[in-house]
Amino acid sequence: MQGMSDMPLGDLAPELAVLLGAVGVLLLAMLLPQRHHRLCAPITILVLASATALALSQAGAERFTFSGTFRLDAATTWGRVMVLGLTALCVAMTPAWMEDDRRHGEFYSMMLLSALGAMAMIGAADLMQMLMGALLSSVTGYVLAAYHRDWEISLEAGMKYFLLGALANALMVFGAILVMGLGGSTDYQQLSNAFPTEPLALVGLACVVFGLFFKLGAVPGHAWVPDVAEGAPLPAAAFLTVVPKIAGAIALARLVALVPAEAMPLSALVATVAALTMTWGNLSAMWQEDLRRLLGWSSVSQTGYALMAVAVLGRAPDAWAALIAFMGVYGLANIACFAVVAHLRGRTELAGWAGIGRQHPLAVSILALGFLSLVGIPPLAGFLGKFALFKVALDGGMAWLALLAVANTVLSLFYYLRVLGPAVMGTPEKSAATLGRANLWIGALAAVGVVLLLPWAWQDLWRALSGG
Amino acid sequence: MLTLSVLLPLLAAIALALLPRIGDRMARLLAVVFTALPMVLLLAVWMTDPPSGGFAAQFEAPWIPSLGIAWRVGVDGMSLALALMSALIFLAAAAWPMQIARARAYYAWILFLTGVSLGLFVTLDLVIFYVFFDLSLVGMYFLIGRWGHGDAQHAALKFFVYTLAGSLLILIAIIVLALSMPELTFDMRAIIAAPPLAALADGGTVVPGLVLLALVVGFGIKTPLFPLHTWLPPAHVNAPGPASAILAGVLLKMGTYGLVRLGLQMMPETFARWAFWIALLALASILWGAIVAYAQPNLKRRIAYTSVNHMGYTVLGIAVAGSAAGTETARALALTGAVVEMIAHGLITGALFLVAGVFWKRTQDYEIAHYGGLAEEAPRLAMMATLAAFASLGLPGLAGFVAELHIFLGAFAVYPWVAAAGLLGLLITAALFLQLLRAVFFGPRPAEGGVARFADLDRTEMAILSALLALVVLIGIWPLWLLELIDAATILAAPGGGG
Repeated sequence: MQGMSDMPLGDLAPELAVLLGAVGVLLLAMLLPQRHHRLCAPITILVLASATALALSQAGAERFTFSGTFRLDAATTWGRVMVLGLTALCVAMTPAWMEDDRRHGEFYSMMLLSALGAMAMIGAADLMQMLMGALLSSVTGYVLAAYHRDWEISLEAGMKYFLLGALANALMVFGAILVMGLGGSTDYQQLSNAFPTEPLALVGLACVVFGLFFKLGAVPGHAWVPDVAEGAPLPAAAFLTVVPKIAGAIALARLVALVPAEAMPLSALVATVAALTMTWGNLSAMWQEDLRRLLGWSSVSQTGYALMAVAVLGRAPDAWAALIAFMGVYGLANIACFAVVAHLRGRTELAGWAGIGRQHPLAVSILALGFLSLVGIPPLAGFLGKFALFKVALDGGMAWLALLAVANTVLSLFYYLRVLGPAVMGTPEKSAATLGRANLWIGALAAVGVVLLLPWAWQDLWRALSGG
Repeated sequence: MLTLSVLLPLLAAIALALLPRIGDRMARLLAVVFTALPMVLLLAVWMTDPPSGGFAAQFEAPWIPSLGIAWRVGVDGMSLALALMSALIFLAAAAWPMQIARARAYYAWILFLTGVSLGLFVTLDLVIFYVFFDLSLVGMYFLIGRWGHGDAQHAALKFFVYTLAGSLLILIAIIVLALSMPELTFDMRAIIAAPPLAALADGGTVVPGLVLLALVVGFGIKTPLFPLHTWLPPAHVNAPGPASAILAGVLLKMGTYGLVRLGLQMMPETFARWAFWIALLALASILWGAIVAYAQPNLKRRIAYTSVNHMGYTVLGIAVAGSAAGTETARALALTGAVVEMIAHGLITGALFLVAGVFWKRTQDYEIAHYGGLAEEAPRLAMMATLAAFASLGLPGLAGFVAELHIFLGAFAVYPWVAAAGLLGLLITAALFLQLLRAVFFGPRPAEGGVARFADLDRTEMAILSALLALVVLIGIWPLWLLELIDAATILAAPGGGG
């Protein structure tokens, strides 16, 4: 372990850029009159773009930094890039949605800070550091979820997110203290050499893992997802169902990789949670009458699929690559769907979608592509992502889990078609209002990524991810 | 060249969809040109590089090498024959005169379907195959839903949901097949050369059995096989005439083609184990299709159910070919018959549905009872319909006979009782077509409530129907060229083929 002088700031350049950006945008929002707040959006995107450039410039690095608390590797690089890129898409959705909100400008600052929390979690190689990231990501998340203060459903979503989050984060802190007390360190490198095997330390570990399940929206910490998807402002809903999950998944994977299998059968636990999450998410999505809740539950089930890769970590060589690839593909498809909903002014009653396809063919096409990618129909990126997951699950000797995922995939087609069928074939009651063109373009952009870009570049991306 | 025959219609479809200045006549002209071009290309392949014992005109472009997915094309006798027949049906459908709203979009969808259907028959990659299988679904869904009549949207949705559910099963089967190869690949040639699930012999028969079940159900829905056929009649009745011709002529063949390629060729041992049960399923389709067709008072429903019956013969032929029992010759005969039946049914039923379209265009009425004595008013229509009906019921000298003769010769050698029971289907089909002809064309006019005036076929309609039926006659009296092209023995003799 190096001394305290080991603080190469350049290693955290992307995080610092986001932090400075958040402060800058906050100041700007205080100075500008409300009607000019939309100016903050391009600036935020600029901040995210420069942070992405900085993150990419560190691609290929493979080392610990800041006294071993932060890890630079492929997972960090790609996790950062995904968080930054997907946040930028959510930011681009915001101006049209928040136009009339009195605190429009501050929203961007919150998003940046939340993304920063996610990035801190992704790189964390120390329990305390991971905890700080999780707390920052959560605290800003509550604010984002309840941003519509005058709307009960938004408040309820924020409240639910907050209560569950408070419990999960408290458990996580408690767990971290137990692990630290018995293991003598919170540093992953040191813990991996001698992980404490006392029962109390394992209880602590379980607490930490539970906290991460909450961030991921996995059973049993999933209850906030549908509420946030329904009640949070749409850009925030898109953001919160994607970005914290990416961070949670990577953080969980780092933790699982750390604990020796004989100390605690973590992969069995994760596999069980994966099975429960995908099944429960799907079954709950089945009869939803509210599109946004449906998207929330579908996002829960997608988490379940992603956890398959975490469960076979260390047993299947490509598990890391599959996890990251799948999260990115999922995030893009999910944001495409939310962008369409935002374009149609948050239209959420399933019945209200009947016949929308006639009036807004492009919007419904994007939604269909997003859904089909979430199902995993070739040649969409979703297929490639899911296929990678199935393959690592089989390689890792968890065929039962892969089978269950296949069964769930078949099941999931039903509720996606429940939306698309009437949307294409039904007769519209009256013309649907839209929210400008901006959100449609974001959806289109994400859809193009899902349909063309990712499948096209898959070979190269995969090679970069798997380090081969 | 095969790639080009897939891309050209797709590009033309995109152009038609995006360019708003194209008028209706121009759209139709473009559709005719761009469905004719692939046919010319396919004919050129046949002339210059005929498939002999393997896949001809192969081409491969890498896509995702690490997953073994690539753009691979190539044809053997079966797929070339099917692609040629499909191209002809599409040409006929595009050229068929229609007065419809939004003609530009209509022809764009026809071109789109042309591209994806040809793509399905010529591709040698399972993922691409699956993609085209699904896209064909999307194209047909819009053709029925938007330009159909009656309760078209409900019919289109039913069609879509049934076949999509089936296609998901196929996807799962494809993934299992690819994953059980020694090295992950979706290359059909590799999988056919070394059928992977046979190697699982020690691993029991459950997994291969389930995979085959998924394939049979998935393709059985599309074919359609009894009892998975219920989506077919409403889809046909409510679709516009040319769309029906495409649905019956081309799309149904995807089911049986897939059954041969994936079921028979890629898992021959498992197929042989279950061949008898598949033959029974085929028998049920033959009989059920024929009996129910006989009971239909609606012209188009009647033709639709005969499709169930005829595709039953095809599946019977495939089942016989894939059984491990019987002689090599018998099985090759049955497979030849099955492929000829696919071609013949495509041409004949395509023509019959176009004839049904003639009725709808003139009177918007499919009730058989409302017609009578049309032979007098519309002699040309009567001639064409009679010829097509005779071909469909298997009259010697016409294409249907060649097909059914081969199938039953093969079937009698392997499953004599199933074949004998299947002959009943021929009998009923003959009766139902003769009854139909008598009622509509030769019998007396209905006393009241009947259709008063009826215009005969115009020149274009006449030309299209003659072209389709001329081929039916040609195959009927001189089938040798087709049999040589199909060359079923090589499909069975391919390494691993035929159990």
